[in-house]
Amino acid sequence: MAQKRGISVSLFSTCLADTFFPSVCFATVAVLERFGVDVRVPLSQTCCGQPAFNSGNRKEARRMAAKFLSVFQGEEHIVTPSGSCAAMVKHEYPVLFRDEPRMLSLAYHVAGRVFELSQFLVDVLGVEDPGSTYRGKVTYHDSCHLKRGLGVADAPRTLLKAIRGVEFVEMEESDRCCGFGGVFSVKYPHISCRMADRKIERILETGAQVVTSGDIGCLMNIGGTISRSGYPVRAVHIAEILAGSEGAVP
Amino acid sequence: MEPRVRHFVRNSEKALADRQLQVALSRTTGKFLENRAAAVAEFPRFEGARESASRIRQEALDNLDAHLARFITEARKRGAVVHAARDGPEAREIAARIAKEEGVSLAVKSKSMIAEEVGLNGALEADGVEVVETDLGEYIIQLAGEPPSHIIAPAIHKTREDVSRLFEEKLGEPYTEEIPALTRIARRRLRDKFFSAQMGISGANFLCADTGSVVLVTNEGNGRMVATLPRVHMVIAGIDKVIPRLADLPVLLSLLPRSATGQALSSYVSVLTGTKRAGDAEGPERLHIILLDNGRTGILQGKYREILKCIRCGACINVCPVFQSVGGHAYGWVYPGPVGSVLAPLILGLPESSPLPNASTLCGACGEVCPVKIPIPGMLVELRGDEREQGLKTPAEVLGMKAYASVMSRAGILEAFQRVAGVVSALLFKERKIEWLPFAFSGWTERRDFPAPAPQPFRKLWKRQRGIRPWTR
Repeated sequence: MAQKRGISVSLFSTCLADTFFPSVCFATVAVLERFGVDVRVPLSQTCCGQPAFNSGNRKEARRMAAKFLSVFQGEEHIVTPSGSCAAMVKHEYPVLFRDEPRMLSLAYHVAGRVFELSQFLVDVLGVEDPGSTYRGKVTYHDSCHLKRGLGVADAPRTLLKAIRGVEFVEMEESDRCCGFGGVFSVKYPHISCRMADRKIERILETGAQVVTSGDIGCLMNIGGTISRSGYPVRAVHIAEILAGSEGAVP
Repeated sequence: MEPRVRHFVRNSEKALADRQLQVALSRTTGKFLENRAAAVAEFPRFEGARESASRIRQEALDNLDAHLARFITEARKRGAVVHAARDGPEAREIAARIAKEEGVSLAVKSKSMIAEEVGLNGALEADGVEVVETDLGEYIIQLAGEPPSHIIAPAIHKTREDVSRLFEEKLGEPYTEEIPALTRIARRRLRDKFFSAQMGISGANFLCADTGSVVLVTNEGNGRMVATLPRVHMVIAGIDKVIPRLADLPVLLSLLPRSATGQALSSYVSVLTGTKRAGDAEGPERLHIILLDNGRTGILQGKYREILKCIRCGACINVCPVFQSVGGHAYGWVYPGPVGSVLAPLILGLPESSPLPNASTLCGACGEVCPVKIPIPGMLVELRGDEREQGLKTPAEVLGMKAYASVMSRAGILEAFQRVAGVVSALLFKERKIEWLPFAFSGWTERRDFPAPAPQPFRKLWKRQRGIRPWTR
């Protein structure tokens, strides 16, 4: 197992995981610590501002972004279990601060240090085998912002395939949007649900017991649809599969 | 086309419930996407071509006035009469005047979105000119009395069965679902029109500045017949269609059909330069070119300039999961899908079109396939920002965002909220799911559960697990 002593990581827990899915944060920490990473959790973090930015509420987004930057500036590696939150900081903060040179340079500085979990494990730590066990047939949904935003598609697959006991199966249209889209799912719930239906169809076709992804938003949408209709599949965050600790909190 | 953009929600609900439409949409967009993927895969220079095409279009826009002036000079030199139309009404007026002066009673028309944008057919018909659409898809929807629902496949919302019934009902033809038979019917019906029309009407895929040429890309050959058989050819094109050089065509043509239908090359590419010269076998005696602005110079000067790079391939439309769910008519105007959601606010105005920029999950698929690399998702977000700045958002959204920002501005406030939410959640939502949410969120829980807040948020559990005291933060 690759051990990289002396690497320290700040966990960007995300407001959604913090509030709704603490087990995802603990799983993220567990995986990182397994590889000898020293994990810190900045306790004054809140939200990256993505809901405000995506809905065009720049003033609020800028306020959130400034807060995020003040919390995380100076950190060596910032790792998050959410592709869209990472993409927000990496790609959209510079857009938000395009007219404020000082903030812009800070935004770029921090943007270069943000990683999504699977990306960090594979690209920075060089992990090939996550060293965990998980029983089941698993399929993977590409979060739009993780795949198209950050260009991360291979890392999560590499990791999942290496887990003992995982039978990995690809679904068709794995990178077709699940219909979440943040505020979109609230403003246009019927279109959002139709997109989720198609995603569920693709998931069910694989016969997988578990659908996983690297984004809390997608999993809320896919998981919520599954739970309402009682489909024979579970939506589990990739961190929990990598940690082999589904739903566990201390 | 009368814009109905404001009714996007109502229109999309209707579309979602229309089974026939859903079948038609999944058949056609699926096929386009499959073909496009295959065409891109067997064209290794695709990325390089995208880069060049994007540069060519940018170059055209950066010096649009000079390129336009050149185009006008060159086209006039070769016998064309060039007209400038500031907006839709002016374009309609010019077109009607041309038809009158040229003594036109029947016009055959090749598919043109710009003609839809200005409502050209209506203007000519009001003056007693019969306008017959000759693109098969356009012919079908003209018979049905409907607007196009896609910029390259105007009848994409119709299934083969729909068309069979339409031909039976409107043309009195015997019912057949065989596509070749249906095509034969249309061809037979159109042939006479081609030969008796006094004027052909077309749009333009590109206007070449250095030669004054009008380029038409079609699959049915109707464009070429429209442009060459009648005595008069009338072209209507947006000023954004100009490209600096004829020599720029190959790279653009290597991308347009691949991105649109997945063809390596469309069946017909016509480069039409000037009127018929002595000794020419074919060509119009009179060539009128109407150059339409309709808000484009305004767009050119603003932050959305790059949208004018668009070559109208429709790839962003085909790949858009929202379009795939609701189809083109839901968007309520000529240009549907992601490109339409940017163009409609810019041309019709944001107050008129504000549902559209929001009708996207920002999944990024449109930006990924765009052959000229227009950052469409970023533009949609930007438009949403303009919406807030222009006071077009609902008070509920603005209030909600302000509340959200206040809660999130300090970890302490967030924690207080989480504590309350956790207690409520533990009491009410034993199964850790919320089946009903009120107000603006009611749609979310109509068919989905919402996760219940955890009894204790992560950071609280973390502090306890790691023995972190408040003063050690």
